[in-house]
Amino acid sequence: MRGGAGGIQLFSMRFLLLFSRQGKLRLQKWFTALSDRDKKKIIRDVMQMVLVRPPKSCNFLQWRDLKIVYRRYASLYFCCGLEQGDNELITLELLHRYVELLDQYFGNVCELDIIFNFEKAYFILDEFIIGGEVQETSKASVAKSMEEADSLQETMEEYLNKPTY
Amino acid sequence: MPAPIRLRELIRTIRTARTQAEEREMIQKECAAIRSSFREEDNTYRCRNVAKLLYMHMLGYPAHFGQLECLKLIASQKFTDKRIGYLGAMLLLDERQDVHLLMTNCIKNDLNHSTQYVQGLALCTLGCMGSSEMCRDLAGEVEKLLKTSNSYLRKKAALCAVHVIRKVPELMEMFLPATKNLLSEKNHGVLHTSVVLLTEMCERSPDMLSHFRKLVPQLVRILKNLIMSGYSPEHDVSGISDPFLQVRILRLLRILGKGDDDSSEAMNDILAQVATNTETSKNVGNAILYETVLTIMDIKSESGLRVLAINILGRFLLNNDKNIRYVALTSLLKTVQTDHNAVQRHRSTIVDCLKDLDVSIKRRAMELSFALVNGNNIRGMMKELLYFLDSCDPDFKADCASGIFLAAEKYAPSKRWHIDTIMRVLTTAGSYVRDDSVPNLIQLITNSVEMHAYTVQRLYKALLDDISQQPLVQVASWCIGEYGDLLVSGQCEEEEPIQVSEDEVLDVLEGLLVSNLSTPVTRGYSLTAIMKLSTRFSSLNRIKKVVSIYGSSIDVELQQRAVEYNALFKKYDHMRPALLERMPIMEKTATNGPSETVQTNGETDSTILDTKHLPSISQPASQVGFLKHGFSIQTCAHFRSNPNPNIAVITIHATNSTEADMTEFVFQAAVPKTFQLQLLSPSSNVVPAFNQGSVTQVIRVLNPQKQQLRMRIKLTYTHKGSPVQDLAEVNNFPPQSWQ
Repeated sequence: MRGGAGGIQLFSMRFLLLFSRQGKLRLQKWFTALSDRDKKKIIRDVMQMVLVRPPKSCNFLQWRDLKIVYRRYASLYFCCGLEQGDNELITLELLHRYVELLDQYFGNVCELDIIFNFEKAYFILDEFIIGGEVQETSKASVAKSMEEADSLQETMEEYLNKPTY
Repeated sequence: MPAPIRLRELIRTIRTARTQAEEREMIQKECAAIRSSFREEDNTYRCRNVAKLLYMHMLGYPAHFGQLECLKLIASQKFTDKRIGYLGAMLLLDERQDVHLLMTNCIKNDLNHSTQYVQGLALCTLGCMGSSEMCRDLAGEVEKLLKTSNSYLRKKAALCAVHVIRKVPELMEMFLPATKNLLSEKNHGVLHTSVVLLTEMCERSPDMLSHFRKLVPQLVRILKNLIMSGYSPEHDVSGISDPFLQVRILRLLRILGKGDDDSSEAMNDILAQVATNTETSKNVGNAILYETVLTIMDIKSESGLRVLAINILGRFLLNNDKNIRYVALTSLLKTVQTDHNAVQRHRSTIVDCLKDLDVSIKRRAMELSFALVNGNNIRGMMKELLYFLDSCDPDFKADCASGIFLAAEKYAPSKRWHIDTIMRVLTTAGSYVRDDSVPNLIQLITNSVEMHAYTVQRLYKALLDDISQQPLVQVASWCIGEYGDLLVSGQCEEEEPIQVSEDEVLDVLEGLLVSNLSTPVTRGYSLTAIMKLSTRFSSLNRIKKVVSIYGSSIDVELQQRAVEYNALFKKYDHMRPALLERMPIMEKTATNGPSETVQTNGETDSTILDTKHLPSISQPASQVGFLKHGFSIQTCAHFRSNPNPNIAVITIHATNSTEADMTEFVFQAAVPKTFQLQLLSPSSNVVPAFNQGSVTQVIRVLNPQKQQLRMRIKLTYTHKGSPVQDLAEVNNFPPQSWQ
């Protein structure tokens, strides 16, 4: 499961998954190139492992050559796979920060927001993390970027009237 | 033509499906509509359609027909299109798809776009999934953006550069100039990503590492400011200023300080400061402390600092928060080799963690406990570990049992203690013990000569209690077969000898043969044990009867054994005592060369020649060893260079260190269809005993297709009057023999 060509990825995230307690995937972000089949298998295996954990368990587990860090927020599990060298505790903070960013954007975020606006969840993630690494540590900064980028999205009228190419 | 249904509408509709089949039907219908829309090159609704496709993709349905559409969206002038197009590219297009390279030009243009959010999309996409070719083509653009004063773009460019370096390490040099003043930035996003970039470069190149060591003072200053500065709302997390940045800086310091006295000294103070001043009531503070501890342990810190670090870990072990305890155990496991004594001080806390309710913690505690076992604490630790073995989950039992065996072997204070420990493991976790434990234990027992009587007695008593745990039963059967005479003669010194008759012993062994609990392997063990007792007990007739009954067993293995044992009684009775005599002390056979892929086909070894091992073949330096499990007959081969590159020349040497010659020795080999084989004449067909000589034979293999060399070999010979045939497959020829 090593990442692409020439990758000694010692300190980084391999993937980030959001899924419900019923095992429905709500978001998947992969930081290495894998076949669809491999991705599906990883999702299945990780979900299975995490969903059976008793409620008060430790948020970390060892799986194959990765550390899995997960936390449940309401009905959603936020889960990521890390290389061995990574700091699990700060990763918990990272997951928490992502939840805060979603909350900030959607206002009292719930699973339905993520289901119906999954593309926004991705856009927010892309303002927070690139290639498995944090790019911005200020909540206000991410909020501002999202606001400005959203405003660039054309209104229906603008969209229809603007030439495509 | 009505407009395609909106994304949210589709999501709502799909969620109303009550069965998988209903959902699938809806999806198929929508996919068909989307496909026709794509075919009609509809610019207006392409974005909406791709978005819907991405939703369906997340549900697990195929979406590859949308790949090209994503490219079209990326090329569009509309921001809305680009946003979805790039998202689609990141989800559907990776470097495995041929079409992904078509993105390169669009990304190039967008990297130079007038709107920073478009540039951002391009940087993000490239930094997330750019292939090596794309990275090569676009590295220049990324490098340009790394030097911009726009912090929004600069931070993204830095992470994009990290990705480029990961994909194409040779390009690392070109980013060096741009790193010059990265750390003078005030913007935390840029600072953070810069530290990540510097870390990546230092990890990959020792030259870069030396080059960047001069940044240590600057990094220390930045870290100091973060700790000392007052409340900064923008980056605050529970009273700590930008913990993400602090952690990354600590990590970079670790890399820079490792193995370098000056750098380590320069960071000593700040590390001590962080270690003592960081608030530990919340996870975020502990995350920083954790990183600090890792850094202290890795660099050349002074001993006071190291002790401080281990003590922090010790405090972590007592923390209420499970995550902290887990992390402490993990770190202690890493440091236990280098700072063994310091970690030993926390041994009792660690052992307490074995009783933790959390599975992850228990596992770590178990691993760490094994690492802490030494000659001094073996008795106490083993008590705890055996208790743990009794009560732990089945998932742990196999690993725990193996660990206990290893520890016992290394540090057993006495042979009696060793045997007792093994007995305890076999009786409490006997079904979880690994298969290879059985032969290892047999070897151990054989070699503990003075304990034979005690061992067989204890094993016999264990069998009376419980015959369900197969490894226990197998070891016990074997022992009874070997030392049954000691059992009935009541020679045990270590404990009160039990009174047991030959018939009672045979009852037990026969009971194993008929029990439903016994596996075929176990039955084999017990039949052989009964046979062995024919030279140790006087109840010959009973044994002969059992053996002849199993001559018609439907279990082929048992049948073969019984038939051969019968033959032993009838035709080779003169050989029986010698064949079944007490096993000598077994040397631990060293594996020579790659032998893991040896498979034996055909007859197994454990028939007449059973555990009468035919030891060794000495081995000249060679690359390919052939080790047969149970026997130690080995053939070795080495290769000579040859004028014809398609021909591999293999020479085999067979030697024999047993006390009898191997006569009429014939070596045969077969290769797969694409090869051709030529066997030259052997040097002789007698392999003399006691390594007094060897038989060599040359094989030439023609391998025009340069496929991996594999060979089936067959050895036939006569040893001590009996014919023997061995079959095996050899797959582990080194690549240079066939490439």
